[in-house]
Amino acid sequence: MRDWIKNPGRGAIAAFKCVLFLACLLPLAHMSWGFFNDELGANPVEAITRGTGEWTLRFLLASLAITPLRKLSGMNWLLRTRRMLGLYAFFYGLQHFITYIWLDQFFDWEGIARDILKRPFITVGFAAFVLLIPLAATSFNAAIRWLGGRRWQALHRSVYAIGILAVLHYWWLVKRDITEPLIYTLILATLLGYRAWMREEERRRQLATGRPQQKVKARKIIPIIPR
Amino acid sequence: MLIRRPDNIPPSEITAPELYQARREFIHSGSRAVMAAAAGLALPWGAAEAAALANVQPNRQKIDDKPTRLKDITSYNNFYEFGLDKDEPAENAGVMKTRPWTVVVEGLCNKPRSFAIEDLLKLAPLEERIYRMRCVEGWSMVIPWVGFPLASLLKLVEPQGSAKFVEFVTHYDKRIMLGTWQPVLDWPYTEGLRLDEAMHPLTLMAVGLYGEELLPQNGAPIRLVVPWKYGFKGAKSIVKIRLVEKMPGTAWNKAAANEYGFYSNVNPAVHHPRWKQDTERRIGEITKRKTLLFNGYADEVGQLYTGMDLKKNY
Repeated sequence: MRDWIKNPGRGAIAAFKCVLFLACLLPLAHMSWGFFNDELGANPVEAITRGTGEWTLRFLLASLAITPLRKLSGMNWLLRTRRMLGLYAFFYGLQHFITYIWLDQFFDWEGIARDILKRPFITVGFAAFVLLIPLAATSFNAAIRWLGGRRWQALHRSVYAIGILAVLHYWWLVKRDITEPLIYTLILATLLGYRAWMREEERRRQLATGRPQQKVKARKIIPIIPR
Repeated sequence: MLIRRPDNIPPSEITAPELYQARREFIHSGSRAVMAAAAGLALPWGAAEAAALANVQPNRQKIDDKPTRLKDITSYNNFYEFGLDKDEPAENAGVMKTRPWTVVVEGLCNKPRSFAIEDLLKLAPLEERIYRMRCVEGWSMVIPWVGFPLASLLKLVEPQGSAKFVEFVTHYDKRIMLGTWQPVLDWPYTEGLRLDEAMHPLTLMAVGLYGEELLPQNGAPIRLVVPWKYGFKGAKSIVKIRLVEKMPGTAWNKAAANEYGFYSNVNPAVHHPRWKQDTERRIGEITKRKTLLFNGYADEVGQLYTGMDLKKNY
């Protein structure tokens, strides 16, 4: 049983990814249904803006949770879902952005530009979205080969900054109800803290054993490329 | 397996649309009656069922705006005592007992006294006032309030010359107000007006909307409505009104003084430090509309602020 969870077959992983792919579309389906059936409450635009924003943050955190989860559980195959989760973060982020441009501002470009420059919560939200674009654009295998594993990984580490900007975006927009931004901050802090802690452990291990850090070859650190 | 289908349905078998509609309405009204009966039974435990108000004088304030749907007015509320999300007050405020209810009016006045809610309902003729309501968050509604001018209440207690401000203290019951379990604001929620603002004929003590008594989520049984100020100035479920000499602290001002001033007049030229205030989304509309100075009541209230720097006194 444990072996099966740690090492499911190709078919099982493919089936899981299929289910996950469809499940990730449920929030969108739910919001669309609500919009056309007057189920989103008195302020549907606000509900959509908030919904797409929250799901962007959730998918960002889910993609950041893969590495710690994989290392702690030994379920290495989880890595195969990370790209999908990251792309869904971009997908919902794009919806969030379009909602703002279209339903909230109604293509008032001047107003949008002023918002981005003058309203800090919009500035950081916009920055987070812009930073997501290169990550989404280099999410396919050929891009990884083309960039080289190390450079690709360095680029994709910007997701840590994106996570911080996204949470900050939430903090700066709420009036006084900080419960939810606080919850997301704690989750992000745990996920980033885990990485910092692992790094520190590795540094100590090297100090203790005197062995330099293992040179990692590109193909080793990117197991998402099918061999 | 064969399933036999009728070859053709004779027209006499088909229900006429009018009849069908009538049946549906009958079923609906029947189920509504049953539900109303059930709600009536549940009333002692806090279910919210609005009672009609009698002898309400029709609206005299000229207004072209179309009133917001009752459903939206009663389900999209900021009443943090009962939860921070907009739909939570409608779910949670039903447990608040609004009878018996007394409002104490005290402080710098010659005749301080307490009023039972029944007395307040008879204190002055109830009027319908269709007002715009602009929330500091950037949305707005048009609400047909029922109430009486605050001035008629204040005149009864005879404010003294030293009284310069009016402080409003709202109901606070920690056991049922789950929103107060977090230190979001300084409870009880308090608000304040300058005495001349409080005496202005537009300033209303509302006891109902759409011809019926207020529901708990809208601040039953009595609340303040100041249509040219941001919505949060309209303290809900008021229990005490105090005439004071110094500018009183207000809940939002205490929480974030740089964002929410004492005056909090609707002003498209004075932005919230974190978001713009020159447009608003009217509930029920998708595109935004321009926010008006003093929420469109500049002709009536502008003279209250002559010579004042509205950017400083936000």
